[in-house]
Amino acid sequence: MSWLQRIFEKPWLWSFIAAFLVWLATIVFTRGQGGGELLTAALTFATFFVIVGIGQMFVITLGPGNVDLSIPATMTLAGSVAMKVMDTQDSMILIGLVVTIACGLAVGIFNYALILVLRIPPIIATLSSSFVILSTAIAYGRGLRIKPPPLLAEFTTVQVAGIPILAIVVTALAGAMGVVLHRTIYGRSVLAIGQSLRAARFAGIPVERIRFLTYVLSALLASLCGFLFSGFSGGSSLSMGEQYLLASIAVVVIGGTSVAGGSGNLPGLWGAALFLFLVQSMLNTYQLSAGLRYLATGLIIITVITAAGGQKTQR
Amino acid sequence: MIATVTSPRFLRAILPALSLAVLLALIFYLNPRTMSYVGLNLMLNLAIPIALATIAQLCVITVNDLDLSIGAYVGFVVCVAATYLHQTPALGVLVLGAGILVYAALGALIHLRNLPSIVVTLGMSFVWLGLAVLVLPTPGGKSPEWIAWLMKLKPAYIPFPIIAAAIIAAVAWFALMRTSYGSILRGSGGNPKAIERAGWSLLKTKVAMFALAGFFGVLSGLSLIGLTTSAQANVAERYTLYSIAGVILGGGDFVGGRVSPVGAVLGAITLTLSAPFLTFIHIPPDWQIGAQGAILIIVLALRAIIDRVERRR
Amino acid sequence: MSGGVEPIVKLDGVEKSFGAVRALAGVDLVATRGECLGLVGHNGAGKSTLMAVLAGTLRPDSGAIRIGDEDLTHSYDVVGAQRRGIRCVFQELSLCPNLTVAENAHIFHAGLRGLGWRRRSGKLIIDKLNEIFPGHGVSPNDVVGDLSIGRRQMVEIARAFSVTDTPLTLVILDEPTSSLDAYVAGQLLGFVRRFVAGGGACILISHLLGEILSTANRIIVMRDGKVVAARPASGFTRDTLVAAMGSVAKGETSANLAAHGSKRSEGEPRARARAAAQTDERELTAYRGEVVGLAGLAGQGQTEMLRKLFDAARKKSRDATVNEPVALVAGDRQNDGIFPLWSIARNITVGSMRRMLRGILIDPKREDEMAGTWRERIKIRTPDVDNNILSLSGGNQQKALFARALGSDAGIVLMDDPMRGVDIGTKQEVYEMIRSEAAGGRTFVWYTTEMDELRNCDHVYVFRNGRIVADLPRQEMTEERVLHSSFEEGTAPGHAAAP
Repeated sequence: MSWLQRIFEKPWLWSFIAAFLVWLATIVFTRGQGGGELLTAALTFATFFVIVGIGQMFVITLGPGNVDLSIPATMTLAGSVAMKVMDTQDSMILIGLVVTIACGLAVGIFNYALILVLRIPPIIATLSSSFVILSTAIAYGRGLRIKPPPLLAEFTTVQVAGIPILAIVVTALAGAMGVVLHRTIYGRSVLAIGQSLRAARFAGIPVERIRFLTYVLSALLASLCGFLFSGFSGGSSLSMGEQYLLASIAVVVIGGTSVAGGSGNLPGLWGAALFLFLVQSMLNTYQLSAGLRYLATGLIIITVITAAGGQKTQR
Repeated sequence: MIATVTSPRFLRAILPALSLAVLLALIFYLNPRTMSYVGLNLMLNLAIPIALATIAQLCVITVNDLDLSIGAYVGFVVCVAATYLHQTPALGVLVLGAGILVYAALGALIHLRNLPSIVVTLGMSFVWLGLAVLVLPTPGGKSPEWIAWLMKLKPAYIPFPIIAAAIIAAVAWFALMRTSYGSILRGSGGNPKAIERAGWSLLKTKVAMFALAGFFGVLSGLSLIGLTTSAQANVAERYTLYSIAGVILGGGDFVGGRVSPVGAVLGAITLTLSAPFLTFIHIPPDWQIGAQGAILIIVLALRAIIDRVERRR
Repeated sequence: MSGGVEPIVKLDGVEKSFGAVRALAGVDLVATRGECLGLVGHNGAGKSTLMAVLAGTLRPDSGAIRIGDEDLTHSYDVVGAQRRGIRCVFQELSLCPNLTVAENAHIFHAGLRGLGWRRRSGKLIIDKLNEIFPGHGVSPNDVVGDLSIGRRQMVEIARAFSVTDTPLTLVILDEPTSSLDAYVAGQLLGFVRRFVAGGGACILISHLLGEILSTANRIIVMRDGKVVAARPASGFTRDTLVAAMGSVAKGETSANLAAHGSKRSEGEPRARARAAAQTDERELTAYRGEVVGLAGLAGQGQTEMLRKLFDAARKKSRDATVNEPVALVAGDRQNDGIFPLWSIARNITVGSMRRMLRGILIDPKREDEMAGTWRERIKIRTPDVDNNILSLSGGNQQKALFARALGSDAGIVLMDDPMRGVDIGTKQEVYEMIRSEAAGGRTFVWYTTEMDELRNCDHVYVFRNGRIVADLPRQEMTEERVLHSSFEEGTAPGHAAAP
């Protein structure tokens, strides 16, 4: 039983195993054809889930009640603004990046101002701000689909031996954020706050400052994702972020991060992101409709969180 | 007298009525033609499904949870009503009944496994959306005749939506605020430990409130199909935001079990009027969504101010 | 005490331990009709534990429980207690703040349903309020959350005494007057006397000895989990009560205490603070290398003082100045102290993260070093500091929390009754650590509910009702003086402001 036990001890392994099984099931249907392409597609699209997943993971790790529901809107805003500013010019890419970061900062500060000043629970704060942010994106972008600069488009789509460069970069990012979580004062503070808010206060941790930084981090990563995704998909669109709300939470939960807070899991984000994409494409391959795809995604997340259970102690 | 008028309890109770009155006055000022039977009827029609969804959300908020799936659920009910209920009523009733049972089961699950309702209902929103799309893949369907007839009623002097809203508020108020078990339900949100120690079952209260939410959600969807020309899965997308805003505007709290059904209905009507109001002040359509998010923020800001006054006493 | 009266509640040889701590070491208790039983004792005597057993919220390790004719030793719980008419008024409110007074009455009287239930519930509670507290000013439709704390307490008490179909056997009042003003408290005690004279039964716990002496028929004194005296109230005076609560070894004179040079002369205090409710000039000061004790009954303002000092170190405060970084060792380690998902090492180093840095990252080697060092110094019993913190016993977990505070750069260490429930061996090791750290110049501000621990302190402040009532340097500190100050009822009002 010991090797089985060791697997259960590492929740993120499940997600990779599950992803592998789903990939297998899809290949079975196509009789072995296109396995490699499927893997490449999975890596490509999962990359974007991982970027927002990192931000959402840090927020959720802060403890119960902390969720960022403004991620899709922030993605859309950053994508629209950046594309418009860059205006298909390679020379403007750096400016575009700066603008993206500015968007992320603005959204993060706005969200946290709502949480701190108006004492709104984070869920409601980010929900209502998402509407404001989305409107800003619509008003600014006017729905025009501006093409990304060719260099950006290339960067987000180029592959090496079937593996997208972007996936490698984001893996490195995830690795770096893992180090941040476990080996920096900021990361340790997040983990402490998620385990026990009161103990963190008494241990001298500046709780409000850490929460602020985390919401800004989440907004920054969402902006970055919008920037890159616009480059990847040939321009920003208003429905760009639609599936990212559930996806960002799903990859965090399925990847083994506890919704009770205090323990973040970065490798799991990749496994869960791959799993999520592969489930959707498997359902596509089996020619199941969009409705079933939504249904399946929702059921999976409910199953995972039911199995994981909630807080151990009654608050 | 001054003390009562400025007391937090009074302010909290008066906020929904006051904001409704102010908004109504502004609308009449901007467009005097709305001050008529036809005008009111047109503007307030959609208040009925929104008020019902708000009461559903109120039930969940009373027990210290949050339902982020109410919009998708109402959309599901609309699609079922436009298809099954219209074609094979028996099947339609069965499916809608099953929906209510699912809501009750969710309440049990959340209680027994101590799950965060946000994540569970967020997942459920996709389940309902998926089911709605399966039932009605493309916009269409037809409303059952009796619902369409009911929603198009034109009673004398008072527009139907106002009567309907009054009935909804009265029923919800009576059930939750006047009955003895209603006080237990609210108590389970205020001090669950005390309720449990007195021998009541917290599982039953949670399941009851979620089942009620499911029931009011069904009513919301049924009333909506009578008003829209064609059904589609995401027709009630905004209802999640509206319902939460309505409860808070109506004087409710996210935790502590302190809610006001009458206030919530007034809040729902106010939010319904926000759409024509934004049109009348020529808010560009781009900003319509943002404005509605801004309204929720403003409502919460007002409540934060009232709470701060309360705390300083 | 009337002879030959059947006991309504009989506890025999009840024992209860929490880990290494014996909260109840074999207690017998008998409550009869027509009697108000007064229960007194210092901190940790076992009063709350005994009442919890009686109320059904705690199962004893051994001993018999009889209610009336029934032997309930094996099947007693809260709902059973309620059904047999054992009512409790504890300090933590059991009212729903979002419901009205009448609705709250209904919660415990489920039989009051059907048409007109609200009116009947309201009448039930208002009648009782009128009986106990004439002139109370509460209306049945008031929302409990909107009432002042005094009025809430009155409603709580009235609810406990109200009768419908569930019988009323025994009412336990645990510090019922703590939120009431003197006049209202008097009304309550008068009612209790009438209640027992009419055949009711009541247990009254209070630290205000005047209340006990004037209201109880019989008084039980507890100490260290045992009953040490049980006599009719007429057999006690204030002084004999206080004496009974103290330890057996009396006659401690200042000559017995080790000669101790005062640290007070050395320059400026590191911290000074005024209690919020202080009416005279007394304030707390703490100097370099000093161990300052905060004494008195539990919950009399000591924790608030510690919080004040903790906050003052971070930002400017009106009535406190702190000139050194502070660290806090929490008493409720489960909620305020440990990080349950982390290892012992991480729990220790979290207070000193800045010093663990190498560049911008925390150096695991430095962490291990610090954890290892402290494991040796404070003798944490574990095979591996990288094990999860919950693998440690309670006492060792507390040691880890100490290591966190002592390992930081804090010049002042605040302690919020951290040794509660810890075994004696661990305690001795920690006291030694505190003494040696103090000798090295560290300041300690130590809130403790145990008399013996005060012997480690250079200076003791006794708290009562949120203010400092005694300021005792070591030479003047005897158990008697501390007890007297804890229980003393001076001329100043001993109760909270009027509702």
